[in-house]
Amino acid sequence: MNKQEVLQREFLLVRAKVLEIAACLDRIDRAEGDLPQNHQRELLSEAIGHLLGKTGNRAEQIQLLFSREYSDQWRSEFQL
Amino acid sequence: MYYFDPHIHMVSRTTDDYETLSKMGCVAVSEPAFWAGYDRGSVDGFRDYFEQLTSFEPSRAAQYGIQHYTWLCINAKEAENVELSREVIAMIPEFLNRPGVLGIGEIGLNKNTRNEATIFLEHLDLAMETNEQILIHTPHLEDKHQGTRMILDMLTGDQRINRNRVLVDHVEEHTIRPVLDAGFWAGMTLYPVSKCTPERAADMVEMHGPDHLLVNSAGDWGPSKPTAVPDFLLEMRRRGHAESLIRRVVYDNPIEFFSQSRGFNFQVPE
Repeated sequence: MNKQEVLQREFLLVRAKVLEIAACLDRIDRAEGDLPQNHQRELLSEAIGHLLGKTGNRAEQIQLLFSREYSDQWRSEFQL
Repeated sequence: MYYFDPHIHMVSRTTDDYETLSKMGCVAVSEPAFWAGYDRGSVDGFRDYFEQLTSFEPSRAAQYGIQHYTWLCINAKEAENVELSREVIAMIPEFLNRPGVLGIGEIGLNKNTRNEATIFLEHLDLAMETNEQILIHTPHLEDKHQGTRMILDMLTGDQRINRNRVLVDHVEEHTIRPVLDAGFWAGMTLYPVSKCTPERAADMVEMHGPDHLLVNSAGDWGPSKPTAVPDFLLEMRRRGHAESLIRRVVYDNPIEFFSQSRGFNFQVPE
Protein backbone atom coordinates (compact mmCIF):
# COMPACT_ATOMS: atom_id res chain seq x y z
CA MET A 1 0.00 0.00 0.00
CA ASN A 2 1.23 3.53 -0.73
CA LYS A 3 1.16 6.43 1.76
CA GLN A 4 -2.23 7.69 0.60
CA GLU A 5 -3.77 4.21 0.93
CA VAL A 6 -2.33 3.71 4.42
CA LEU A 7 -3.57 7.13 5.52
CA GLN A 8 -7.00 6.47 4.06
CA ARG A 9 -7.21 3.17 5.89
CA GLU A 10 -6.02 4.52 9.24
CA PHE A 11 -7.57 8.00 9.27
CA LEU A 12 -10.78 7.31 11.18
CA LEU A 13 -9.01 5.06 13.69
CA VAL A 14 -6.30 7.62 14.41
CA ARG A 15 -8.88 10.43 14.55
CA ALA A 16 -10.74 8.46 17.21
CA LYS A 17 -7.55 7.82 19.21
CA VAL A 18 -6.53 11.48 19.11
CA LEU A 19 -9.99 12.43 20.35
CA GLU A 20 -9.69 9.91 23.20
CA ILE A 21 -6.40 11.51 24.29
CA ALA A 22 -7.88 14.99 24.04
CA ALA A 23 -10.92 14.02 26.11
CA CYS A 24 -8.73 12.29 28.70
CA LEU A 25 -6.51 15.36 29.12
CA ASP A 26 -9.66 17.51 29.46
CA ARG A 27 -10.89 15.07 32.13
CA ILE A 28 -7.67 15.50 34.11
CA ASP A 29 -7.92 19.29 33.79
CA ARG A 30 -11.54 19.25 34.94
CA ALA A 31 -10.84 17.18 38.02
CA GLU A 32 -10.36 18.82 41.40
CA GLY A 33 -6.95 19.53 42.93
CA ASP A 34 -3.54 20.30 41.47
CA LEU A 35 -0.81 18.33 39.73
CA PRO A 36 2.34 19.95 41.08
CA GLN A 37 5.39 18.61 39.24
CA ASN A 38 3.54 15.44 38.26
CA HIS A 39 5.95 13.04 36.57
CA GLN A 40 3.27 11.01 34.78
CA ARG A 41 1.56 14.10 33.34
CA GLU A 42 4.92 15.44 32.15
CA LEU A 43 5.69 12.11 30.52
CA LEU A 44 2.40 12.25 28.62
CA SER A 45 3.19 15.74 27.36
CA GLU A 46 6.63 14.65 26.25
CA ALA A 47 5.19 11.58 24.51
CA ILE A 48 2.66 13.73 22.67
CA GLY A 49 5.55 15.92 21.56
CA HIS A 50 7.21 12.87 20.00
CA LEU A 51 4.13 12.35 17.83
CA LEU A 52 4.95 15.58 16.01
CA GLY A 53 8.49 14.47 15.21
CA LYS A 54 9.61 13.14 11.84
CA THR A 55 11.94 10.37 13.02
CA GLY A 56 10.07 7.37 11.58
CA ASN A 57 10.56 5.49 14.85
CA ARG A 58 8.10 7.38 17.06
CA ALA A 59 6.79 4.18 18.67
CA GLU A 60 10.31 3.16 19.73
CA GLN A 61 11.08 6.65 21.05
CA ILE A 62 7.88 6.74 23.11
CA GLN A 63 8.55 3.24 24.47
CA LEU A 64 11.98 4.39 25.63
CA LEU A 65 10.49 7.52 27.16
CA PHE A 66 8.26 5.34 29.36
CA SER A 67 11.12 2.99 30.31
CA ARG A 68 13.28 2.75 33.40
CA GLU A 69 16.93 3.46 32.82
CA TYR A 70 19.35 0.59 32.18
CA SER A 71 22.72 0.58 33.87
CA ASP A 72 25.37 -1.68 32.33
CA GLN A 73 26.90 -1.86 35.82
CA TRP A 74 23.86 -3.70 37.18
CA ARG A 75 25.73 -6.94 37.87
CA SER A 76 28.31 -5.27 40.05
CA GLU A 77 25.57 -3.24 41.76
CA PHE A 78 23.77 -6.53 42.52
CA GLN A 79 27.09 -8.24 43.35
CA LEU A 80 26.26 -11.00 40.87
CA MET B 1 -4.12 -21.12 6.90
CA TYR B 2 -2.72 -23.41 9.57
CA TYR B 3 -0.92 -21.65 12.39
CA PHE B 4 1.01 -22.40 15.60
CA ASP B 5 0.52 -20.37 18.80
CA PRO B 6 3.99 -20.59 20.39
CA HIS B 7 3.06 -19.00 23.73
CA ILE B 8 -0.37 -19.55 25.21
CA HIS B 9 -1.40 -20.51 28.76
CA MET B 10 -4.14 -23.02 28.07
CA VAL B 11 -4.43 -24.11 31.73
CA SER B 12 -6.22 -20.78 32.16
CA ARG B 13 -8.59 -21.32 29.25
CA THR B 14 -11.74 -23.33 28.78
CA THR B 15 -12.16 -26.33 26.51
CA ASP B 16 -14.35 -24.09 24.34
CA ASP B 17 -11.21 -22.09 23.58
CA TYR B 18 -9.48 -25.19 22.25
CA GLU B 19 -12.46 -25.72 19.97
CA THR B 20 -12.37 -22.11 18.75
CA LEU B 21 -8.60 -22.25 18.16
CA SER B 22 -9.02 -25.43 16.15
CA LYS B 23 -11.76 -23.91 14.01
CA MET B 24 -9.50 -20.94 13.27
CA GLY B 25 -6.65 -23.10 11.97
CA CYS B 26 -4.52 -23.61 15.07
CA VAL B 27 -2.75 -26.96 14.76
CA ALA B 28 -0.31 -26.69 17.68
CA VAL B 29 0.37 -24.67 20.82
CA SER B 30 3.33 -24.36 23.15
CA GLU B 31 2.58 -23.54 26.76
CA PRO B 32 5.28 -22.13 29.05
CA ALA B 33 5.01 -22.54 32.80
CA PHE B 34 3.95 -19.26 34.41
CA TRP B 35 2.52 -17.51 37.44
CA ALA B 36 -0.85 -18.86 38.59
CA GLY B 37 -2.06 -15.52 39.94
CA TYR B 38 -0.86 -16.44 43.43
CA ASP B 39 2.44 -17.64 44.87
CA ARG B 40 2.56 -21.41 45.30
CA GLY B 41 3.67 -22.58 48.70
CA SER B 42 5.67 -25.71 48.00
CA VAL B 43 7.58 -27.69 45.42
CA ASP B 44 4.68 -30.14 45.28
CA GLY B 45 2.45 -27.36 44.00
CA PHE B 46 4.78 -27.08 41.01
CA ARG B 47 4.99 -30.85 40.62
CA ASP B 48 1.19 -30.95 40.28
CA TYR B 49 1.30 -28.06 37.81
CA PHE B 50 3.93 -29.80 35.66
CA GLU B 51 1.79 -32.94 35.74
CA GLN B 52 -1.11 -30.91 34.40
CA LEU B 53 1.06 -29.36 31.68
CA THR B 54 2.49 -32.67 30.51
CA SER B 55 -0.55 -34.95 30.89
CA PHE B 56 -3.95 -33.30 31.04
CA GLU B 57 -3.43 -30.37 28.66
CA PRO B 58 -2.04 -32.50 25.79
CA SER B 59 -5.04 -34.81 26.05
CA ARG B 60 -7.50 -31.90 26.21
CA ALA B 61 -5.89 -30.28 23.15
CA ALA B 62 -5.80 -33.54 21.22
CA GLN B 63 -9.60 -33.76 21.34
CA TYR B 64 -9.61 -30.84 18.90
CA GLY B 65 -6.70 -31.94 16.75
CA ILE B 66 -4.27 -29.53 18.43
CA GLN B 67 -0.76 -30.70 19.33
CA HIS B 68 0.28 -29.43 22.76
CA TYR B 69 3.88 -28.72 23.81
CA THR B 70 5.18 -27.23 27.03
CA TRP B 71 8.09 -25.58 28.88
CA LEU B 72 8.95 -25.94 32.55
CA CYS B 73 10.38 -23.55 35.17
CA ILE B 74 9.54 -21.42 38.16
CA ASN B 75 8.48 -18.02 36.87
CA ALA B 76 10.12 -14.70 37.68
CA LYS B 77 7.46 -13.52 40.12
CA GLU B 78 7.91 -16.57 42.37
CA ALA B 79 11.69 -16.46 41.89
CA GLU B 80 11.75 -13.90 44.69
CA ASN B 81 11.52 -16.98 46.93
CA VAL B 82 15.02 -18.25 46.23
CA GLU B 83 14.79 -21.31 48.48
CA LEU B 84 11.59 -22.57 46.83
CA SER B 85 12.97 -21.74 43.39
CA ARG B 86 15.99 -23.94 44.00
CA GLU B 87 13.75 -26.81 45.10
CA VAL B 88 11.70 -26.44 41.91
CA ILE B 89 14.80 -26.27 39.69
CA ALA B 90 16.07 -29.46 41.31
CA MET B 91 12.72 -31.17 40.63
CA ILE B 92 12.27 -30.09 36.96
CA PRO B 93 14.45 -32.91 35.51
CA GLU B 94 11.78 -35.41 36.65
CA PHE B 95 9.66 -34.08 33.75
CA LEU B 96 12.18 -33.13 31.05
CA ASN B 97 11.98 -36.39 29.14
CA ARG B 98 8.21 -36.46 28.96
CA PRO B 99 6.72 -36.20 25.44
CA GLY B 100 6.04 -32.64 24.38
CA VAL B 101 8.44 -30.93 26.78
CA LEU B 102 10.44 -28.41 24.72
CA GLY B 103 12.74 -26.96 27.35
CA ILE B 104 13.10 -24.46 30.18
CA GLY B 105 10.65 -21.54 30.23
CA GLU B 106 9.28 -19.02 30.56
CA ILE B 107 12.17 -17.87 32.70
CA GLY B 108 13.07 -14.21 32.92
CA LEU B 109 12.68 -11.09 34.99
CA ASN B 110 9.64 -9.31 36.38
CA LYS B 111 10.78 -6.37 38.50
CA ASN B 112 14.45 -6.82 37.58
CA THR B 113 15.59 -7.69 41.09
CA ARG B 114 18.72 -9.44 42.34
CA ASN B 115 16.78 -12.57 43.34
CA GLU B 116 15.11 -12.79 39.94
CA ALA B 117 18.50 -12.51 38.22
CA THR B 118 19.99 -15.14 40.54
CA ILE B 119 17.28 -17.66 39.71
CA PHE B 120 17.43 -16.78 36.01
CA LEU B 121 21.13 -17.67 35.99
CA GLU B 122 20.43 -20.94 37.83
CA HIS B 123 17.79 -21.83 35.23
CA LEU B 124 20.41 -21.20 32.54
CA ASP B 125 22.71 -23.63 34.32
CA LEU B 126 19.94 -26.26 34.34
CA ALA B 127 19.25 -25.73 30.63
CA MET B 128 22.93 -26.08 29.79
CA GLU B 129 23.39 -29.18 31.95
CA THR B 130 20.35 -30.87 30.37
CA ASN B 131 20.85 -29.50 26.82
CA GLU B 132 17.41 -27.87 26.76
CA GLN B 133 16.10 -24.99 24.68
CA ILE B 134 15.13 -21.81 26.53
CA LEU B 135 12.03 -19.60 26.35
CA ILE B 136 12.31 -16.21 28.03
CA HIS B 137 9.75 -13.83 29.51
CA THR B 138 10.68 -10.15 29.41
CA PRO B 139 9.05 -7.72 31.84
CA HIS B 140 6.20 -5.42 30.94
CA LEU B 141 5.68 -1.68 30.75
CA GLU B 142 8.40 0.51 32.29
CA ASP B 143 10.50 -2.51 33.32
CA LYS B 144 10.73 -4.05 29.84
CA HIS B 145 13.68 -2.19 28.35
CA GLN B 146 15.85 -2.45 31.45
CA GLY B 147 14.91 -6.10 32.04
CA THR B 148 15.48 -7.12 28.44
CA ARG B 149 18.92 -5.52 28.46
CA MET B 150 19.77 -7.33 31.70
CA ILE B 151 18.59 -10.64 30.22
CA LEU B 152 20.62 -10.12 27.05
CA ASP B 153 23.62 -9.26 29.21
CA MET B 154 23.30 -12.56 31.09
CA LEU B 155 22.71 -14.60 27.92
CA THR B 156 25.50 -13.12 25.85
CA GLY B 157 27.87 -13.39 28.79
CA ASP B 158 27.41 -17.17 28.88
CA GLN B 159 29.58 -18.81 26.24
CA ARG B 160 27.74 -22.13 26.62
CA ILE B 161 24.53 -20.78 25.11
CA ASN B 162 23.60 -21.46 21.50
CA ARG B 163 21.65 -18.29 20.69
CA ASN B 164 19.67 -20.02 17.96
CA ARG B 165 18.07 -22.20 20.65
CA VAL B 166 16.75 -19.28 22.72
CA LEU B 167 13.43 -17.46 22.20
CA VAL B 168 13.06 -14.05 23.87
CA ASP B 169 9.36 -13.28 24.18
CA HIS B 170 7.20 -10.16 24.55
CA VAL B 171 9.50 -7.98 22.44
CA GLU B 172 8.18 -4.56 21.46
CA GLU B 173 9.43 -1.64 19.38
CA HIS B 174 12.25 -0.74 21.79
CA THR B 175 13.51 -4.27 22.46
CA ILE B 176 13.12 -6.21 19.21
CA ARG B 177 16.27 -4.89 17.57
CA PRO B 178 18.79 -5.81 20.30
CA VAL B 179 17.25 -9.30 20.60
CA LEU B 180 17.45 -10.04 16.87
CA ASP B 181 20.83 -8.35 16.43
CA ALA B 182 22.27 -10.62 19.14
CA GLY B 183 21.14 -13.70 17.21
CA PHE B 184 18.19 -14.81 19.34
CA TRP B 185 14.66 -15.62 18.25
CA ALA B 186 12.07 -13.01 19.17
CA GLY B 187 8.38 -13.41 20.02
CA MET B 188 5.76 -10.68 19.79
CA THR B 189 2.90 -11.09 22.25
CA LEU B 190 -0.48 -9.71 21.23
CA TYR B 191 -2.57 -8.38 24.07
CA PRO B 192 -5.68 -6.21 24.26
CA VAL B 193 -4.22 -3.76 26.79
CA SER B 194 -0.68 -3.85 28.08
CA LYS B 195 1.40 -5.41 25.32
CA CYS B 196 1.51 -5.30 21.54
CA THR B 197 -1.42 -5.11 19.11
CA PRO B 198 -1.75 -7.11 15.87
CA GLU B 199 -1.26 -3.86 13.95
CA ARG B 200 2.00 -3.01 15.72
CA ALA B 201 3.22 -6.58 15.29
CA ALA B 202 2.59 -6.28 11.55
CA ASP B 203 4.55 -3.01 11.60
CA MET B 204 7.49 -4.79 13.23
CA VAL B 205 7.46 -7.54 10.59
CA GLU B 206 7.54 -4.84 7.92
CA MET B 207 10.39 -3.00 9.64
CA HIS B 208 12.55 -5.96 10.71
CA GLY B 209 11.59 -8.75 8.31
CA PRO B 210 10.25 -12.20 9.22
CA ASP B 211 13.54 -13.87 10.09
CA HIS B 212 13.66 -15.31 13.64
CA LEU B 213 10.30 -13.68 14.44
CA LEU B 214 7.26 -15.37 16.04
CA VAL B 215 3.87 -14.08 17.11
CA ASN B 216 1.75 -15.38 20.00
CA SER B 217 -1.39 -14.62 21.98
CA ALA B 218 -0.19 -15.38 25.54
CA GLY B 219 -3.87 -16.21 26.23
CA ASP B 220 -3.87 -16.44 30.02
CA TRP B 221 -6.18 -15.78 32.98
CA GLY B 222 -5.99 -11.99 32.58
CA PRO B 223 -7.58 -9.85 29.87
CA SER B 224 -6.24 -11.60 26.79
CA LYS B 225 -7.45 -12.96 23.49
CA PRO B 226 -6.51 -16.54 22.59
CA THR B 227 -7.38 -15.87 18.94
CA ALA B 228 -4.98 -12.93 18.63
CA VAL B 229 -2.72 -14.77 16.16
CA PRO B 230 -5.54 -14.98 13.56
CA ASP B 231 -6.07 -11.25 14.18
CA PHE B 232 -2.44 -10.68 13.19
CA LEU B 233 -2.86 -12.95 10.20
CA LEU B 234 -5.89 -10.95 9.04
CA GLU B 235 -4.09 -7.63 9.53
CA MET B 236 -1.20 -8.86 7.37
CA ARG B 237 -3.63 -9.96 4.67
CA ARG B 238 -5.46 -6.63 4.75
CA ARG B 239 -2.15 -4.91 4.10
CA GLY B 240 -1.65 -7.09 1.04
CA HIS B 241 1.24 -9.22 2.30
CA ALA B 242 1.96 -12.52 0.58
CA GLU B 243 0.55 -15.68 2.10
CA SER B 244 4.07 -17.13 2.13
CA LEU B 245 5.30 -14.28 4.35
CA ILE B 246 2.40 -14.65 6.78
CA ARG B 247 2.80 -18.42 6.88
CA ARG B 248 6.49 -18.03 7.64
CA VAL B 249 5.76 -16.03 10.81
CA VAL B 250 2.78 -17.98 12.12
CA TYR B 251 3.75 -21.53 11.08
CA ASP B 252 7.17 -22.11 9.55
CA ASN B 253 9.20 -20.10 12.08
CA PRO B 254 7.76 -21.76 15.22
CA ILE B 255 8.33 -25.17 13.69
CA GLU B 256 11.89 -24.28 12.72
CA PHE B 257 12.67 -23.05 16.23
CA PHE B 258 10.95 -25.87 18.12
CA SER B 259 12.46 -28.54 15.85
CA GLN B 260 15.71 -28.05 17.74
CA SER B 261 14.13 -29.65 20.78
CA ARG B 262 14.19 -33.41 21.26
CA GLY B 263 10.68 -33.22 22.74
CA PHE B 264 9.20 -31.79 19.53
CA ASN B 265 7.51 -34.53 17.55
CA PHE B 266 5.31 -32.43 15.29
CA GLN B 267 2.87 -34.23 13.04
CA VAL B 268 2.26 -32.19 9.89
CA PRO B 269 -1.51 -31.87 9.38
CA GLU B 270 -2.78 -33.61 6.25
